[in-house]
Amino acid sequence: MTQPAVDNSSQLRALAEARNKVALILTVAMIVIYFGFIILIAFDKALLARIVVPGLSLGILLGALVIVASWLLTWYYVRWANAHYDTALTAMGRNEGPR
Amino acid sequence: MNAQTSIGQPNVVAMVFFFIIIAITLGITYWAARRTSTTEHFYAAGRTVSPAQNGLALAGDYMSAASFLGIAGLVSTTGFDGLIYSTGWLVGWPVVLFLIAEPLRNLGKYTFADVVALRLKQVPVRIAAAIGTLATVTFYLIAQMVGAGGLIKLMFGLSYETAIVIVGVAMIAYVLFGGMLATTWVQIVKAVLLLGGAFVLAMLVLARFGFNPVALFGAAATKYGQAVLAPGKLVSNPWDAVSLGMALMFGTAGLPHIRMRFYTVPDAKAARTSVFYATGLIGFFYLLTFVLGFGAMVLVGPDAIKTVDKGGNMAAPLLAEFIGGTPFLGFIAAVAFATILAVVAGLALAGASALSHDLWVSVVKRGQASGAEELKVARAATVVLGVAAVLLGITFKGQNVAFMVSLAFAIAASGNFPALLLAIFWRRFSTAGAVASMLTGTFGTLLLIWLSPTVQVDILHRASALFPLKNPALVTIPLSFVVRVTVSLLSAPRGASDFALHERQMHMGTAGD
Repeated sequence: MTQPAVDNSSQLRALAEARNKVALILTVAMIVIYFGFIILIAFDKALLARIVVPGLSLGILLGALVIVASWLLTWYYVRWANAHYDTALTAMGRNEGPR
Repeated sequence: MNAQTSIGQPNVVAMVFFFIIIAITLGITYWAARRTSTTEHFYAAGRTVSPAQNGLALAGDYMSAASFLGIAGLVSTTGFDGLIYSTGWLVGWPVVLFLIAEPLRNLGKYTFADVVALRLKQVPVRIAAAIGTLATVTFYLIAQMVGAGGLIKLMFGLSYETAIVIVGVAMIAYVLFGGMLATTWVQIVKAVLLLGGAFVLAMLVLARFGFNPVALFGAAATKYGQAVLAPGKLVSNPWDAVSLGMALMFGTAGLPHIRMRFYTVPDAKAARTSVFYATGLIGFFYLLTFVLGFGAMVLVGPDAIKTVDKGGNMAAPLLAEFIGGTPFLGFIAAVAFATILAVVAGLALAGASALSHDLWVSVVKRGQASGAEELKVARAATVVLGVAAVLLGITFKGQNVAFMVSLAFAIAASGNFPALLLAIFWRRFSTAGAVASMLTGTFGTLLLIWLSPTVQVDILHRASALFPLKNPALVTIPLSFVVRVTVSLLSAPRGASDFALHERQMHMGTAGD
């Protein structure tokens, strides 16, 4: 496959910046959520021991929410990448299909 | 008070399932062997694995017996504390998706060293990357083998050595003859069995509590006190908790057998979709471990669980026996066995690719080797690794292997992860920096684990340890990044001008080939 005739390097640069930004924000979000949970476990056990409804402590609730948050972040990224990133790459003539 | 259990006695149902699983996986291997004739097939299943298949295989590659039996056991005996692992082992996956999966697929061929060495001198980078890969694979493999030996002995009544040899022979057979295609399907079969088995077991537990998990947790609290729902004594040193969290979160992105799976799909988009599926499946599984752990605590009881196995590893099988009798115990035991097989097969293949693709072809033969020769070397490496795994498994019999899992994750997080991340995203970049960072991460981790309480106090029975943390990731991950950046800036930057080309390939995929 030959390179496209038009020079799209500035477009590609902009797209790379955009993807880096999204990846960075989402990674930081995941780090904040998970280490927020871990730091509570490490430094404020009493708070996590608090009972929300009988049978459910704040710790267990937050633990389950960390898993749900992981799902939401991956879902958001895949949605963004499918809608914006892929569209832009296809417009720039990405090599597609099985090789 | 001890519940009647048939664990440890030969169980007919378990044996039947055990042979069915062996027969199915060997059948898959026979089918795959006829389709495995080139290195691209052997390492990457011809790049024809679909995103859904790869998502299941990633889950099968990742969910080890430690996560199924270990977490259920930990929760059933300590309550909340076990859940620290349930979350920690999942949160690495979004990081893999955002930072690693797609660039890895577009920039590399078979191993992560392909990506790190892309803009650098091949020989030193390949050697350093292979050391990190082999260290991770070896420690993970020993932990799986020793766990497998103990587990199969408990469940089927076979001797420890027999169990290790069976696992070793099956692992060599899958990888040697069927390569990545057979490994992939063994992992898919295992993922379906494990997710299905855990789901059915969890539903049967919840049926006794009106399908309300909170009622189950409440029953645990009523029986054993509110403390089981709160953080307890497992986390005594706060910095230990943070350090362990770092190793779990960034270690996933550094595991060679996980990274390798991204080369089996046709393109970067498929790599992305497969991590999405894997995150969903693995998260679902870890939510089930909440139910299985507390279910075993309430229905079987921590004392009965510890009577059978001090570490609590038999909590899930005991729970299955309590609910469905010997036949269900047999089924769950066989699922645990399939779980081990799928993980060790993935590890063996990743280790073999480091030995053949990185060390033999790129270092010994300086890139001048035919595909046929590389395939031959990869198969020989598989046999060598398999035999080594069996011997190491027997050597380490009865040892505490928990520290080996933390070692594997800490090396992956500090030796392999920073190198790959900077190779993908950082413009300024030098061979010396890459090599220094990988070696510092790997050997720094080994040294600090040696000096840690895990080895000095727990194993060598010394009074105190020089290094205070059980897991060194808190120190070694930042150290590896700092070494990489400092050495890169000090040595002549190479390849800064190649970065535009590198970036193009990272997003657009490789041209041709």
